[in-house]
Amino acid sequence: MNSETLIPHAVVVDEVRADTPDVKTFRILTREGGKPFDHIPGQCAMISVPGVGEGMFSITSSPTDEAYMEFSIKKCGHLTNWLHALEPGMEVTVRGPYGRPFPVEDELRGKDLLFIAGGIGLAPLRSVIRYVRDRRENYGDVQIVYGARSKEDLVDYEEILTEWMSAPGFTVNLTIDRAEEGWDGHVGFVPNYVTELNPDLAKTVLVCGPPIMIKFTVKGLSDLGFKPEQIYTTMELRMKCGVGKCGRCNIGSKYVCKDGPVFRFDELGELPDEY
Amino acid sequence: MLYLKAEKLDAFLARAAETRKLYVPVDSEPGRSSYREWTPGTAVSRGLHTTRSAKDFFFPQTENLAGFRVEDKKIRVIDPRAETEDFAVFGVRACDARSFGILDKVFLADPVDTYYENRRRHGLILSMSCRRPAETCFCKNFGIDAAEPEGDVRFTDDGDGWYLEALTEAGKAFLDPLADLCEDRDPAGAEAAKEKTREIVDRLPLNDLPVGKFGGGKTKELFDRPEWAELSEACIGCGTCTFVCPTCQCYDIRDFDTGREIRRFRCWDSCMYSDFTKMAGGNPRLTQKERFRQRFMHKLVYFPENNGGEFGCVGCGRCLASCPIHMHIVKVMKRLGEDENEQ
Amino acid sequence: MRNKLVERAKELLADGTVTRVIGWKRGEFSYDVTPAVFETAEELEKDFVYDGFCGANVSKYLIRESAKEGKILAFLKPCDAFSFNQLLAEHRIRRENVYAVGIPCEGMADIGKIRSAGIDGVTGIREEGEEFVLSTLYGEERIAKKDALAERCLVCKSKRHPVYDELIGEEGEDLPDDARFEAVDKLEKMTAEERFQFWRGELSRCIRCNACRNVCPACTCENCVFDNPDSGLSQKAAADPFEESMYHIIRAFHVAGRCTDCGECSRVCPENIPLHLLNRKFIKDIDELYGAYRAGENAENKNPLVSFREEDAEPSVVHERGRA
Repeated sequence: MNSETLIPHAVVVDEVRADTPDVKTFRILTREGGKPFDHIPGQCAMISVPGVGEGMFSITSSPTDEAYMEFSIKKCGHLTNWLHALEPGMEVTVRGPYGRPFPVEDELRGKDLLFIAGGIGLAPLRSVIRYVRDRRENYGDVQIVYGARSKEDLVDYEEILTEWMSAPGFTVNLTIDRAEEGWDGHVGFVPNYVTELNPDLAKTVLVCGPPIMIKFTVKGLSDLGFKPEQIYTTMELRMKCGVGKCGRCNIGSKYVCKDGPVFRFDELGELPDEY
Repeated sequence: MLYLKAEKLDAFLARAAETRKLYVPVDSEPGRSSYREWTPGTAVSRGLHTTRSAKDFFFPQTENLAGFRVEDKKIRVIDPRAETEDFAVFGVRACDARSFGILDKVFLADPVDTYYENRRRHGLILSMSCRRPAETCFCKNFGIDAAEPEGDVRFTDDGDGWYLEALTEAGKAFLDPLADLCEDRDPAGAEAAKEKTREIVDRLPLNDLPVGKFGGGKTKELFDRPEWAELSEACIGCGTCTFVCPTCQCYDIRDFDTGREIRRFRCWDSCMYSDFTKMAGGNPRLTQKERFRQRFMHKLVYFPENNGGEFGCVGCGRCLASCPIHMHIVKVMKRLGEDENEQ
Repeated sequence: MRNKLVERAKELLADGTVTRVIGWKRGEFSYDVTPAVFETAEELEKDFVYDGFCGANVSKYLIRESAKEGKILAFLKPCDAFSFNQLLAEHRIRRENVYAVGIPCEGMADIGKIRSAGIDGVTGIREEGEEFVLSTLYGEERIAKKDALAERCLVCKSKRHPVYDELIGEEGEDLPDDARFEAVDKLEKMTAEERFQFWRGELSRCIRCNACRNVCPACTCENCVFDNPDSGLSQKAAADPFEESMYHIIRAFHVAGRCTDCGECSRVCPENIPLHLLNRKFIKDIDELYGAYRAGENAENKNPLVSFREEDAEPSVVHERGRA
């Protein structure tokens, strides 16, 4: 690996899965095989297509996925349009890992965990979920509340059905925004669904999704009696360097790329409302 | 104490330039100077400030970070880093000399920015005391002494020449072989020159900024102050203040296709620009008010909060001189520092 | 004059004609005024200034201000009035929300010129007849007003306001253009190589701060090509050595026919690049090829570059001249 944090290395796109109409999951390997570096769930990496640009993405595979690294990426701009055109065998560059991860080996150990995600917001949580599933003995019960606009917008739907629902101690609650044919599950927005499910106050919460979803979910949790210290989220702001120097991803005195992206809500409460 | 007479300066610089590249301020037109490489015959500016600050030597406006070539579908990553040649910068004022310490706190913090570190390690700072500060100078507010700049070698100007002092090992190694061009003088002369500088500095009009109202931990008090709207109202959102500022160091990373390879370079960026924080999905700083606030909160609150109380401003006054609409950190500090009951 | 303006503004605020006033706000040192919106008589009394240092053109702010509710009083110097009119022609300003008051201008001083005359440490300035008297950290200094005037004012195009609702002071007249185009003449007489070297020398100092673009009343695109990542031109600094030149050349072309020669680009340039000369060359060419035309003269005329007449110069004429 390169000693310089701003110089990336080339990796091979090994597999591309179309998760939803606008989300693809990319599995990458070094040319020799294997993953380019180790990470802890919640950390990110900079992916680039030379000549197009670089962007920060959550690593969605788990450290326990020893043979590869994965990213789930939504098509929403210049760079992601290019990434979506990639085919297996092509190369991109990657550098990382960046940022403060979820405290999987500290505060989260031994806890009952409640994951709440909306849309592509599942991506950063997937790394934790897979990690917890593979280190089952270290954690309590796991509840996953996940919603999307429609059934086809649920990221990792296959994996949820075949792997998560059957994992010991896992409960999965899915919801979609509007009723549709072929869906007999819950219909409604994530924040309301969480309130309906009335989770146990002893749980530690990890939430990620569109800002508006996070806002209402956290308000709902707070009304139920959850404390900010129990809730973790992961932030996304524009980043260029990934190492706390280029100066654009700060919220107050904290840099999302370095001091985050994972924040506890009591920490966020100390920061100005500019995200 | 070593003393260099003004008429010996050329000989001094000529000798200094034998061992390294030497940059000196040169007048580009009356009242305006910029750094140039010294060559025989170069007339050194006696002006106070260069239009651009001296940060360019360590953090240039553009620099290549990496190169890429695509060969047989494979990406070859090219590391462009090479060891910088030794160089020296002459005539650095106390404010700019302090700015390097501020830049260090960003670029030398873990993980070290090797591009910056390389230049820092090879660059020698020949600093210069001020004899004719401008009305826009306010370094004193930040504990900077215009009479005693930091650096590797300090030049104390008495009008006819300079008292020289090596402040670091590197400075001593530079100065020792040049000592024969200097004469030995009583250090009292240097002290007298410094006192003269301090007398002028003491009567500068911007010495009493309400510095105490700013600093780490003041985010909550200052962030939502209604005055930001009025202060930022006329801001045209250009990058002048940021680009002439010796401590502004935000950057962008971009790719450029040269036709033969992709060059990934970084360049100065400005938090005043509308696209600075723009993402595909939105922008947390939608109006100029938020962008303007960020620049001053960064220098006056966030930076000190992360760096043991040190402010991210050295009071050089370049933004006061250059802002197209004359809205700058001094006006911001004065307005926000007003006591509530005075309003 | 300042007091006259303040009195009139107070009246118009008091009788409800306007809810806000845009003008210039006092700074720290007499010369560092800031464009500002005033909402009360007290604010006007306290901070409003109008003197020889109010060079900033307030017209562009009216794009934003006229979109707000309520009418705003705008004090417009002749230069500002030309820009205002051009912005009206381009439908950028809601005319009904602006009460335009034309004010006289005797030319604006340039602190840069005072500094380059060797006067430093200026903390205060007062006018005394044909002179500025400057208090400085190093004693009192005097400079003739004409020596302190900005270049654009030395070759002032007009003391007349092409548009206003009300005028304060006497209306002035257009001034002859000869002096204004002298510097362009000089550039035209250079060989192509000399001219290229001249501009490379000037433009190589550019720090790409965008001040010229952002201050320019003719630059009102909501998303400039240089900021738009999809344009292929977006760049923040020189990726290659010719980049700054391209930026200024493209900008000059884009404002051709719309530039009123207000000179703000050169005023704000931190590197003192004579950017206005690019625009002025276009103005001169348009005058010569299509007949005298003045952008901002009225809000109805189409500029010659976007209107076709049969007697227009043939492209070949333009081509031939371009090679000269």
